[in-house]
Amino acid sequence: MTDVLERPDNQAALKVVGTRPVRPDGADKVTGRATFGADFSLPGMLVGKIKRSPHAHARIVSIDTRKARALPGVKAVVTAADFPDLASEEYEAGESASNLRDLSLNCMARGKALYDGHAVAAVAATSSAVADEALDLIVVTYDVLPHVIDVEAAMAPDAPLLDETLFTEGLETRPQAPSNIAKRNQLTRGDLDAGFAAADVIVVGRYTTAAVHQGYIEPHACLAVYASDGQCQVWSSSQGQFMVRTYCAKVLGLEASDIRVIPAEIGGGFGGKTTVYLEPLALALSRQSGAPVKMVMTREEVFRATGPTSGAVIEVKLGAKTDGTLTAADVVLKYQAGAFAGSPVGAGSMTALACYDVPNFLITGYDVITNSPKVAAYRAPGAPIAAFGVESAMDELAAKLGVDPIALREKNAVRDGVKAAYGPTFRNIGYIETLEAIRDHPHYQAPLGPHQGRGVAVGFWFNVGGESTAAVHVGEDGTAVVVTGNPDIGGSRASMAMMAAEVLGLPIEKVRPIVADTASIGFSMLTGGSRTTFATGMAVTQAAQKIVADLRRRAASLWDVSEDQVAWLDGAAVCLDHTKPDLQPLNLAALAAKAATTGGPITAQVSLNAQGAGPGFGVHVCDVEVDPETGNVTVLRYTAAQDVGKAIHPAYVEGQIQGGAAQGIGWALNEAYLFDRDGRMENAGFLDYRVPVASDLPMIDTIMIEVANPRHPFGAKGVGEVPIVPPLAAVANAVSHAIGIRMRSLPLSPPAIRAAIDAG
Amino acid sequence: MPHVVAADSSLHPFTDGLSEFDVEADTVRRLIAALDRRFPGLGEHIDRRMAIAIDGEIHQDAGAVPLSPESEVYLIPRIGGG
Repeated sequence: MTDVLERPDNQAALKVVGTRPVRPDGADKVTGRATFGADFSLPGMLVGKIKRSPHAHARIVSIDTRKARALPGVKAVVTAADFPDLASEEYEAGESASNLRDLSLNCMARGKALYDGHAVAAVAATSSAVADEALDLIVVTYDVLPHVIDVEAAMAPDAPLLDETLFTEGLETRPQAPSNIAKRNQLTRGDLDAGFAAADVIVVGRYTTAAVHQGYIEPHACLAVYASDGQCQVWSSSQGQFMVRTYCAKVLGLEASDIRVIPAEIGGGFGGKTTVYLEPLALALSRQSGAPVKMVMTREEVFRATGPTSGAVIEVKLGAKTDGTLTAADVVLKYQAGAFAGSPVGAGSMTALACYDVPNFLITGYDVITNSPKVAAYRAPGAPIAAFGVESAMDELAAKLGVDPIALREKNAVRDGVKAAYGPTFRNIGYIETLEAIRDHPHYQAPLGPHQGRGVAVGFWFNVGGESTAAVHVGEDGTAVVVTGNPDIGGSRASMAMMAAEVLGLPIEKVRPIVADTASIGFSMLTGGSRTTFATGMAVTQAAQKIVADLRRRAASLWDVSEDQVAWLDGAAVCLDHTKPDLQPLNLAALAAKAATTGGPITAQVSLNAQGAGPGFGVHVCDVEVDPETGNVTVLRYTAAQDVGKAIHPAYVEGQIQGGAAQGIGWALNEAYLFDRDGRMENAGFLDYRVPVASDLPMIDTIMIEVANPRHPFGAKGVGEVPIVPPLAAVANAVSHAIGIRMRSLPLSPPAIRAAIDAG
Repeated sequence: MPHVVAADSSLHPFTDGLSEFDVEADTVRRLIAALDRRFPGLGEHIDRRMAIAIDGEIHQDAGAVPLSPESEVYLIPRIGGG
């Protein structure tokens, strides 16, 4: 069931925006016709494969590739020696700057293997079997080193060091010794000691989460051609073809202008496809072999060498008055970064208290490198982990105070005009309405049975804008093509078409959206940060508005009237000059037919750097039943309310909310990277790494709160990330209430729950 | 003149620990230039790692955005996403 709650001022007379048309990519996907990363082929194509480290931490003494190169059918073998040894430099190519040296070393180890599964060599051969045989013939001599994966163990002064040149950033004084702590960040306000001194009640909790993978269905895949004239083409599944182009150029020392990247359909990303793993290797193998090279990861490789997001420790201390007013909060976040610096602890710190108006707080974040795969973005990166700690502690506080958990959150909620914990003043937010929607929903009042519990939690995400380009081309038959540079990971194509159709006055079936390659459309930042429908949608809307302005000009020319005497109404030019009553409206098809005589092809392109992405809030309520004998948790009912701005395509927004909730439930109940004593991942497959499937979950009810974002032409804001923020704590709070024991470590697997029950 | 808040601890090595200051500037670009003159190296750090929230709205790479004398400017870490 879906509810849509709108503010009265958001009831514009829209004909397409806000409806639920059939998705433009639907037929291709349900018939298997859609072309994903692994579906491309070229004549003479070779198979590329990667030899990976079996050690979590080892010095690479030597790599002998002679036998592999001599094997018939092997056309190329590359190691780090085939890539430039890049200096440590931050470069902006996606959403934020990445360290190019780290990026390169993650694609191909140089000197040291830093995690189980780290690439140490790659081959291209005439068949998969020959490539496999060649990998076996590559002899790598390792000097195995002590490893560390647990975040707090990695922070210890005597921990094995991954990088002897790494000194902690963000301390008051430069440290004297290297450390695995790459960075410490702090946010503070007020007087923490005074805040706790003023509290009547204090709760303290230590919470832990495991590293979890984004779990996209489609493994990483690409096809690359490095032609003899130095011109390169790459077909790949990613969240940003321009990001792939830039990173490939940097890792290989090429000019970006010599690389054309053609985006494939994408079978899920969730942030995990905002970087490169295969593409530079495929290009290097193609350069050496002179043939196209295709590379497709196995599921095991996806787990061992891509993603995941951080495992973490979260320490929370909250102080409040007896009426529930928060007086102080002290939050410490310790996040695994994996083999290279760059965990999402910064965003975790900024979001940790974003839902609360707290006068005194200190948030301290630690970015810690560990012998595990370098973390990648995962839906609201960093926020679900921080929210798990803070929202669990809020639940403990509500219980201690004996107040309703929603009422406690309402009492301390941020509102318009309140300064966010991360700094800026909130404006045009719909958080209170979102809390009220859950408070007043029948679910929240429904009775519970034995062994059942109910949990609530809230979540926040910033949403972002950024650089986008869009073009609209009108066809000779009066249809339109919308061209953008953003891969469609969450339904953005439908939204783009709908916004264009709304402006042009066309039925949605007359507008076809496409995602273009890097040579066919201007630059767009990657699809991520919940930015595409907001930012690229703004570019699409403006491009369509330019088309309308052009059409009015053309109609005025045909009618010999001034442009201000022509209006665009319901998809047609209408003459307002009452002295010419015989002029019939000219629709898009009529004007397109006369394009040659009115100025040529009808087309428009807009590039912009969108600002004003409004933040989003979510409130989730979850009912569970725990089997006291087995510890198994069944999610009985789940309702998610979210402040969505304006839902362009409500079914997609609903799907985003349901998908985020489902992933968060998996994070809470089952998912975890498990390592053996040697640091090797033990569950690198979907049989042993268990994501929720449809039969595990009830229908997730959604409530869309429409508080329009005034900075978007239709009031839209990002919706894809907020819904994964609350579920971890919502589920944990529900389980804790069901069994009467506070559960502070994820995942809440049956053995963990049984152990808690047994321990009393 | 615009009031700048540098609450994030990554800024403090540049500002000698100072968290708030007033800066004479009428655009973001001029603000960053003025900050770099006052705190050498801070401009590049902002360009690479920081976003700027002006009167509650977060801006990234938005040099031309105007500032008023009453503007509240927060320097916050850049925000990516998934």
